[in-house]
Amino acid sequence: MARLNVNGRMMDIDAPPGTPLLWALREQAGLTGTKYGCGIAQCGACTVHIDGEAVRACSLPIEAVGPNQKIVTIEGLSEDVSHPIQKAWLQLDVPQCGYCQSGMIMAAAALLAKKPKPTDADIDEAMTNICRCGTYNRVRAGIKLAAGL
Amino acid sequence: MNAHVKLSRRALLKGGAATAGAFTLGFSIPFTEAQAQAATPEINAWVVIQPDDRIIVRIARSEMGQGTLTGLAQLVAEELEADWAKVGWEYPTPGENLKRNRVWRNFSTGGSRGIRESHQYVREGGAAARMMLVEAAARNWNVPVSECRAAKSIVTHAPSGRTASYGSLAAAAAKLEPPKDLKLKPSSEWTIVGKSVKRLDTVDKLNGKQVYGADIRLPGMLNAAIKACPVFGGKIASFDAAKITGMPGVKKVVQVNPHTVAVVADTWWQAKTALDALPIVWDEGPNARASSDTIAAMLREGLDAEQAFEGNKAGDAKGAIASAARKIEATYSYPFQNHACMEPMNATALWTAEKCEVWCPTQNGEAALAAAIEASGHPAARCDVHKVHLGGGFGRRGRSDYVTQAVLIAKQMPGIPIKLLWSREEDMLQGTYHPITMARMVGGLDKDGNLVGLHMRISGQSILAGVNPQALQNGRDPVVFQGLNPGGAEGPFGYGIPNLLIDHAMRNPHVPPGFWRGVNLNQNAIYVECFMDELAHAAGVDPLEFRRRLMKNAPKHLAVLEAVAKGIGWGAPSAPGTAKGLAQIMGFGSYVAAAAEVSVSNSGAIKVHRIVAATNPGHVVNPDQVAAQVEGSFVYGLSAAFHQECTVKGGRIVEENFDSYPAMRIDEMPKVESILVPSGDFWGGVGEPTIAVAAPAVMNAIFAATGKRVRSLPLKNADLRRA
Ligand code: FES
Ligand code: FES
Repeated sequence: MARLNVNGRMMDIDAPPGTPLLWALREQAGLTGTKYGCGIAQCGACTVHIDGEAVRACSLPIEAVGPNQKIVTIEGLSEDVSHPIQKAWLQLDVPQCGYCQSGMIMAAAALLAKKPKPTDADIDEAMTNICRCGTYNRVRAGIKLAAGL
Repeated sequence: MNAHVKLSRRALLKGGAATAGAFTLGFSIPFTEAQAQAATPEINAWVVIQPDDRIIVRIARSEMGQGTLTGLAQLVAEELEADWAKVGWEYPTPGENLKRNRVWRNFSTGGSRGIRESHQYVREGGAAARMMLVEAAARNWNVPVSECRAAKSIVTHAPSGRTASYGSLAAAAAKLEPPKDLKLKPSSEWTIVGKSVKRLDTVDKLNGKQVYGADIRLPGMLNAAIKACPVFGGKIASFDAAKITGMPGVKKVVQVNPHTVAVVADTWWQAKTALDALPIVWDEGPNARASSDTIAAMLREGLDAEQAFEGNKAGDAKGAIASAARKIEATYSYPFQNHACMEPMNATALWTAEKCEVWCPTQNGEAALAAAIEASGHPAARCDVHKVHLGGGFGRRGRSDYVTQAVLIAKQMPGIPIKLLWSREEDMLQGTYHPITMARMVGGLDKDGNLVGLHMRISGQSILAGVNPQALQNGRDPVVFQGLNPGGAEGPFGYGIPNLLIDHAMRNPHVPPGFWRGVNLNQNAIYVECFMDELAHAAGVDPLEFRRRLMKNAPKHLAVLEAVAKGIGWGAPSAPGTAKGLAQIMGFGSYVAAAAEVSVSNSGAIKVHRIVAATNPGHVVNPDQVAAQVEGSFVYGLSAAFHQECTVKGGRIVEENFDSYPAMRIDEMPKVESILVPSGDFWGGVGEPTIAVAAPAVMNAIFAATGKRVRSLPLKNADLRRA
């Protein structure tokens, strides 16, 4: 049993300590917005925030997350799709299939929180998520739009 | 929607709410419970209008990111004279299609066919519904139909100024006879089609609400992880279920078929953990001796073989080449590749003695239903498939192997919904791969540098032989010649060469092939367009000018090529250190070209700075979505060109995940400029064609930059270091 703070709520997670956070979120907490793409920290589909940092949840066991650490998933990013990244994504129709987009949006939101005016090099460095549909140019444009650049 | 489906939908929503507390769960987002209960009568198969004026357009094709859902809704809404702001959508089920005599026709979503092959009948569906709404209004007002007109979901009687909303007319309209004579609007009068309206399916992809197949949760559902023999053609010798039956959550170890075993557990993570611990002994069979080298040798033999299927022939190519002033020859090759959809394969199945239901992402709902019927042992009328959005398809989800597996597992656990999800590793090892081929290109130039003869010998795999051998024509696979044909929507060859022979020596290795975004156009465009470049350089003629001379009778091919040449600044000096390349091809009903600007560092690192694409798809339904497809196809095509290759060792695929099978990321992404030059006289596809011109344009630019000709992919294997 692990206690996790997810989207501002304390949750008791009934899973062995080695369970990856991704699967605890999806299967115990019922938060399926965070996606499985590779399981080996390569694709970023599982990106969530832990204390504001973008983290790949597939490769982090729940035992490594303390009850005081604040986990935010795509479901908790905003109440009503009002985060600047979400609004920019909507305006530019960024998603294609959308499967990678929870992770893309969480990575982009973490980037903006740290660097409100990111350069192209900042974007290249922070946004290492894979999108097989190929939305990269709109992802870049979306980050710039959200940053008011 | 039939009552059965409605019932299970409600059960789902309720079950979801009961088991999930406050969390957003459930299935089939486009329907709300209220919608399901309202049972608004449809006007026809394509159009349902609710009393509050909301319009539901039924979409038979599958949405996998390519935007076909929005495009098809635009086509219906245009003829319906709908207020676009009120338009929503739903998927009919393939089971309903079967019951209603295939009223929605083809569900298959591949080959960039979604719009180009259904625009006529979906527009007719919209037009018929509009005429019925107008007639309902006219009857109500007791005035002639000719005095009424429809616009923005409102019917107006001009002489009296009376108006009625579609929502108020729908019930009466639904009772009328469908009209017989339908007249579609000329493109000059379109107000919704041809506009970059926003996609209908974006919001739920921004907040985690979109339910993909991998996210489905049904009351009482269990989860399955699966492993098939990694050597294609091998089977299970034995496995020791007792070793894992006591592991947490494990419910059952299921032998799915002679070569596949699955573990069913409470959660998928438990199922996968137990499956990884399951001792399995494989009987790998004779294919275990196959490797990339043996396959390459098999293909190389085909390059010189006597026997080959003809694809395109004019004059006497071999004779013309033999007597030509100069003979130019080159051999190219293209590897196996996995689709690597972002969402691994999955399906959820519920089998009872009475029925079988499947929830899954599929590019072909009817094929998924056929698979469910066969695997379940139930008659067609007791089976159905509920489609969900796909986390990528790219051709892989046109196959239904994962549906069959899910049903076979569920059948061993009656009454319990089973969600089968493949691991990424399973997805990489059990693909249906981009076919492997080689091509020997031989050209003859006369003393003035004119191309007098061309022989293109393709050796390698046939997709049809692997997936649909009944479709072979006396053993010949016509799909192999995509882009190289004498005529037709699948690529008339753009070059007028007096003596031409394009033929195929079919060599089928044991690795299963499949349709992979762009299909055979991918390698054919590389083979032809890179070799054209080689010929141009050999002739000492500018590559654009060399092509122009051969394209006098192919004005549409030439027009897109000229458009990208202009866009990239062909002929003008390149920025220091950069060089340009171009390519064109025709396929999936559309004419496309690309021009790339690249640089290659001293250490051999390639950077693509810019790509300009031009597409003539005849008609453009949504320019912004076409641009998105062009951008995305370049990522898919350049990921393949730069990084992706499935190699074979011991009969199995070596690459198991994105670490050894990388995809392009944002830092490698070039600027893409998409030019649309629709000629308005045909309907072509856009999801695929441009993928094929990305790689050859880049490869030709690499030659221009380095003087080194790369003839095999992926480019990561090429040594471009400066000596
Ligand atoms: S699923 Fe975690 S990085 Fe791919
Ligand atoms: S939108 Fe489909 S994988 Fe990114």
